Amino acid sequence: MEMPRPSPEILARKARLVSRLLDVLPEDAVISDEAETRAYECDGLTAYTCPPLSVVLPSTTKEVSDILSICHAEGVPVVPRGSGTSLAGGALPTADSVVLGVSRMNDVLETNYDDRIIRVQTGRTNLSVTGAIEDDGFFYAPDPSSQLACAIAGNIAMNSGGAHCLKYGVTTNNLLGVTIVLMDGTVVEIGGAHMDSCSYDWLGVICGSEGQLGVVTEATLRILPKPEGARPVLIGYDSAEVAGACVSDIIKAGVLPVAIEYMDRKVIEVVEAHAKAGYPQCEALLIVEVEGSPEEIDEQLGVIKQIARTHNPVEIRDASDADEAARIWLGRKSAFGAMGQINDYMCLDGTVPVSALPYVLKRTGELAEEFGLEVGNVFHAGDGNMHPLILFDANKPGDLETCEALGAEILKLCVEAGGCLTGEHGVGIEKRDLMGVQFTPQDLEAQMKVKDVFDPAWLLNPAKVFPLESSASRRERMKSAA
Amino acid sequence: MLTPSSEDDLAEVIATADGPLCIKGGGTRGLAVEGTPLCTSGMTGITLYEPGALTIVAKAGTPVSEIEATLDAEDQMLAFEPMDHRPMLGTSGEPTIGGVVATNTSGPRRVQAGACRDFLLGTRLVDGTGAIVKNGGRVMKNVTGYDLSRLMCGAHGTLGVLSEVSLKVLPKPETEATLIYTDLNPDQAVPLMLTALGTPFDVSGAHFGPFHYREPRKAYLRLEGTEASVQYRIQQLKAALSEFGECHAESDPAKSGEIWRNARDMTALSEMPFVARGSIKPSASPEFLSCVSQTLATTDYLDWGGGLIWMGATDSQLRENAEHFALESKEQSLFSEELFGALSEYMRYEDGHLRLVKAAGSTNQSRFQEESAALTGLAKALRQKYDPRGILNSGLMG
Repeated sequence: MEMPRPSPEILARKARLVSRLLDVLPEDAVISDEAETRAYECDGLTAYTCPPLSVVLPSTTKEVSDILSICHAEGVPVVPRGSGTSLAGGALPTADSVVLGVSRMNDVLETNYDDRIIRVQTGRTNLSVTGAIEDDGFFYAPDPSSQLACAIAGNIAMNSGGAHCLKYGVTTNNLLGVTIVLMDGTVVEIGGAHMDSCSYDWLGVICGSEGQLGVVTEATLRILPKPEGARPVLIGYDSAEVAGACVSDIIKAGVLPVAIEYMDRKVIEVVEAHAKAGYPQCEALLIVEVEGSPEEIDEQLGVIKQIARTHNPVEIRDASDADEAARIWLGRKSAFGAMGQINDYMCLDGTVPVSALPYVLKRTGELAEEFGLEVGNVFHAGDGNMHPLILFDANKPGDLETCEALGAEILKLCVEAGGCLTGEHGVGIEKRDLMGVQFTPQDLEAQMKVKDVFDPAWLLNPAKVFPLESSASRRERMKSAA
Repeated sequence: MLTPSSEDDLAEVIATADGPLCIKGGGTRGLAVEGTPLCTSGMTGITLYEPGALTIVAKAGTPVSEIEATLDAEDQMLAFEPMDHRPMLGTSGEPTIGGVVATNTSGPRRVQAGACRDFLLGTRLVDGTGAIVKNGGRVMKNVTGYDLSRLMCGAHGTLGVLSEVSLKVLPKPETEATLIYTDLNPDQAVPLMLTALGTPFDVSGAHFGPFHYREPRKAYLRLEGTEASVQYRIQQLKAALSEFGECHAESDPAKSGEIWRNARDMTALSEMPFVARGSIKPSASPEFLSCVSQTLATTDYLDWGGGLIWMGATDSQLRENAEHFALESKEQSLFSEELFGALSEYMRYEDGHLRLVKAAGSTNQSRFQEESAALTGLAKALRQKYDPRGILNSGLMG
């Protein structure tokens, strides 16, 4: 993966930059020692690494503003970082960049149950937002699988989803306000506890902009009262097509489950060996979860099981108590860990129309065979958000490249089927050079204009999202200005 | 009147325009600005509808009624319940789906299900230079590139003219019922609505107002779902709200439906020459209304549990306020502008903003409360990028 060459002028000015940063930050908030900056050399996409020039760990919005003012004046690129769990390389530094980590900013600033909002500093982890309110019967809905570690800042940057967004939506649907610091240090307040934006939907375009428009330091999030209860049912099929048809029929029937998860045979086998969840051995396994009172749950599951039966399932397994429900979820929740134990893997997240699932699964299998690699599928079927896990051996020369080439083919397939390159992980560097598959140069130009407005010098996370050649002239302009 | 019949046509019309354009869908929202009318009504038709994927894609000029009828046949709906502005504004014509998206128009269910912008999956549009741009797509989860679609949603055509929109739809609930609480003032109604919305019983509407401004105001709470589930939740909700007094449950879905259609379209305001709408922190609305009422005369309604304020003024209220402003003029348009300005001042003290929806006789195009200097600057820079000649609904958004 190509990254722009670091600017020698900036590298030569490191001492001056660090000293300026130390003017506005406590000593322990600036990391410039080469051994220590190495801890920030990559994110969840570990195949690519590069230690930054320096790392700063501010504690307040004021400090973030000071840092950005200095970097702006010095013409130094800034790579914002939440918890560094990005699977797309969204927080990968360049050698001439300053990594701005928000991990020390993790306070809850306000909880307001009347208006059903919580305001937090964005370094707070996703799960600990719910942690702060669950005793009072509320929760924060977006639940990416990295929720134990990932920060709200990163969730906003990537517009993160999760297993339950079929009902509750993704981050953008649950974000009401932000405090954002622009690259020149300007602090801007957007939105708040009210529901509609005043003029343009700034929150809409900031959410999912991968840290390229500003650094979000505080967020007002929508919280929801916890449902009375939830219960899953497990349904096994002997073909992907039939499972796909079942998903479509469930949605068409008017019940709206909170989650419909899918696992294929490869994943079931690995998960069984690892977690012993007692799953049936079959080609496709669905976990469908619904919410409500016990009677409402029975009613909805009744409809779902009736639909499932018309497709001749291998097995339908109910959860009669919390323990059985946990066992149904156990395998799904341990799937990524289990796959990681048997092999290195690359996890993609292309999304396709639900109706195209069977075809895309079949084609993915064929492509895997062509490339000589194994692929397991475990994903959010209700919204078509696939997660093909391509297994490879990082120690085997050429395997990573083959894996990336197969990944690119699978993503192209997703776009051809009417879908998109990434449903919840973001573009980062991983899918940057594939953007031309989904967008025309004119489409990308329209997106880059937004960055021109927020960050005219193209200093924030500059080498991400857009193919390097399409953003080259803008980034060059930035360099010559520096 | 320019009426392009295709996206390419639209691009051509915009690229070759030699002056300001007034973008129109069905022209039902009373948003005309100076310029040659550019009407999207020639670009119609549902291009894709997949009930099993909860997705509909339609050309921007497609009538909302056609979309709703198509969805209805599959027991699905636009869950954000877009308002029909015709009863309130007295406009004619056919609301279009492009108009709904361009104005981010939502109804009472917004408080539970989300706004139009929350259901928007993708757009196709032509910007002010005539460039055709595609953004988003037709799938429910999509973080590929920047979300320009949401930026267009509510931009009132000032950044580009929509040619096609793609929306997530939801199953239509089997039935509905409404709990009705009487003898309340806003100080009691807002806590009632917020308590209800804070329960797990999935309240899908929380409205406060009369359906004729001469009647006493009531609080309405909507429950939707299967018959058994709605009946169960009526009982649960009544118990959870017992401190707010007795209520009446309207379980006839036709009657309940009529209540919410009226709430959606704010038919109660149809006789008023002045209407503004405010978006505010829900719990702050009683205080806001109480402050306003100390000096100004308005007729107020609340939706979204208090988060949406509709403020109307009758002719006599406008005159009463004009005396307060010591206005000599007999110009009714001036009354409206003064009132909007004064209400906006009050709103500045709260965490929210106000929008002018109806002002008899007014030709003032500025209908939005001003934002912070930083955001005003960003907005201007953005328009400069997408519409460098300033020809798309010029002046409407500042």
